[in-house]
Amino acid sequence: MELNQIINPANKVYSRPALLSENTMHYCPGCSHGVVHKIIAELIDEMGQQENTIGVAPVGCAVFAYNYIDVDWVEAAHGRAPALATAVKRLNPEKLVFTYQGDGDISAIGTAETIHAANRGENIAIIFINNGIYGMTGGQMAPTTLEGQKTATTPYGRRVDLNGYPLAISTLLAQLDGTCYVTRQAVHTAAAARKAKSAIKKAFQNALAGRGTSVVEIVGTCSSGWKLSPRASNAWMEENMFEKYPLGDLKNADVEK
Amino acid sequence: MNEDIRLMKGNEAIAHAAIRYGVDGYFGYPITPQSEILETLEALMPWETTGMVVLQAESETASINMVYGGAATGKAVMTSSSSPGVSLMQEGISYLAASELPALIVNVMRGGPGLGTIHPSQSDYFQTTKGGGHGDYRLIVLAPSSVQEMADFVSLGFDLAFKYRNPAMILADGVIGQMMEKVVLPEQRPRRTAEEIRKQCPWALTGKTPDRKRNVVTSLELDSAIMEKNNERFQRTYKEIEANEVRYQEYQTEDADYLIVAFGSMARICLKAVEEARKVGVKIGLLRPITLWPFPYEAINNIAKGMKGILVAELNAGQMIEDVRLAVHDNVPVEHFGRMGGIVPNPTEILMSFTNKFGVKF
Repeated sequence: MELNQIINPANKVYSRPALLSENTMHYCPGCSHGVVHKIIAELIDEMGQQENTIGVAPVGCAVFAYNYIDVDWVEAAHGRAPALATAVKRLNPEKLVFTYQGDGDISAIGTAETIHAANRGENIAIIFINNGIYGMTGGQMAPTTLEGQKTATTPYGRRVDLNGYPLAISTLLAQLDGTCYVTRQAVHTAAAARKAKSAIKKAFQNALAGRGTSVVEIVGTCSSGWKLSPRASNAWMEENMFEKYPLGDLKNADVEK
Repeated sequence: MNEDIRLMKGNEAIAHAAIRYGVDGYFGYPITPQSEILETLEALMPWETTGMVVLQAESETASINMVYGGAATGKAVMTSSSSPGVSLMQEGISYLAASELPALIVNVMRGGPGLGTIHPSQSDYFQTTKGGGHGDYRLIVLAPSSVQEMADFVSLGFDLAFKYRNPAMILADGVIGQMMEKVVLPEQRPRRTAEEIRKQCPWALTGKTPDRKRNVVTSLELDSAIMEKNNERFQRTYKEIEANEVRYQEYQTEDADYLIVAFGSMARICLKAVEEARKVGVKIGLLRPITLWPFPYEAINNIAKGMKGILVAELNAGQMIEDVRLAVHDNVPVEHFGRMGGIVPNPTEILMSFTNKFGVKF
């Protein structure tokens, strides 16, 4: 069989999502951001929301998220995305408004903005990538860094007597009356990515329906920061991250009602 | 036409004027001496009438970033605070300026530094007119000296902010915020429709439609060559504002031997001092800058030519005096009168200052 008989539009079963731009991603090999971006781009397209979506980008590795997903975006100051999203949604209640934040953004510098937006039950979706490290600034300790984990600012491993305990912010957010859906997912396997996609879709649906704040935490890898190969990163994540940050729904108001 | 005349505090006038201007959203956090702005808005419930959003935020950091988010969607949004709270807002103000977004911020100043006092002050002049946040940016700064101007500057502030795509600040002090005066409230205007916003603000986040590229509001640019170009664009805007928007008011400067330069509540006190001096034949005039940035350098230089001296009177240790000195190029002696820590002087103290600094006898 000739190659051009195989590669023809009739046989196409998968392609780049329409809303994922052609820009070359700046993410490192093995990084989880690319997969999550792809999922978001697919979902906004599948849900017919391109003209109706406003994204709020963070400070962190995903600072350039607006270069990749073809919707209107505002770039927040570090940690302030939930405050921006609060106003964007309140002033434009028909819009699908989501934030995309890392662990430092959501649970260190932006803890107050995150908790209060969630506690007010703002009708937004928060997509939270937890890779336990500050990737963009060169691999320093994050609030979610595990005990004993080596980073640029914990070169001998995180010590709880010096640095406190790893912070499971999603578990905290699930306690708030304003959240309707809090879940922890991953994208390291095809099966996990499919589940993560369902979770983000649910979060977007909740935001559109005005059910309150949804939080989708994605436990992800940072090969560069962890100084491991992509494959070894996945294994390390499964062995270490999932123990402190177990996958699954932390709150699902639909089910509970 | 029946004018809507009321007696109210400056802070209350801001709230009423905001609703009547057709503001889309107010985001604020309580702090003395400006809490009446948020309280009045909550009591008037504009979400039931004009559809205006009013939200008490968890901090001034959050409220300025709510303003940033709202402004990015092309809406007319504002916040208010007092000095310590405005210090917290500097991050967001820098982002607003760098993202070329219109917004209105009200600072009803109290005495600092630190937690300071809840009493009136003008000690945020430097912070407001010279920067405050990081980077080369400017705020359009309006200094009201009456309750009427508190109301009027809401619309002026928003009009200038949208005209130049730059945040504007009403820089009041505790006296103007708290005192009650007669005020003529403006007519109720409708809020802009989604269609009007799309037309007026093609840069705004209104949802990416097939007829345009996605709109991105960001202050980030890692390519230094482009970032310098961005800065050059900001500077061109500032030059344009400096050329077109200087505002000030003169009182009896034509025949004056001495000039007082004062803004806000201090200008009211100095006006009384001018009247008292003239009763005993001492010819003092007053120039009140209305825009603190752009500053009326040229006007002050022209008006002060040939005068014996200028007294800059402020509720601070001497801040605007630096701009007055720049204006007159050492051609006229410039002295300062200031009170700090929330003390509001009386007109006699101003006159005594003329005796002490310039040897004027009354």
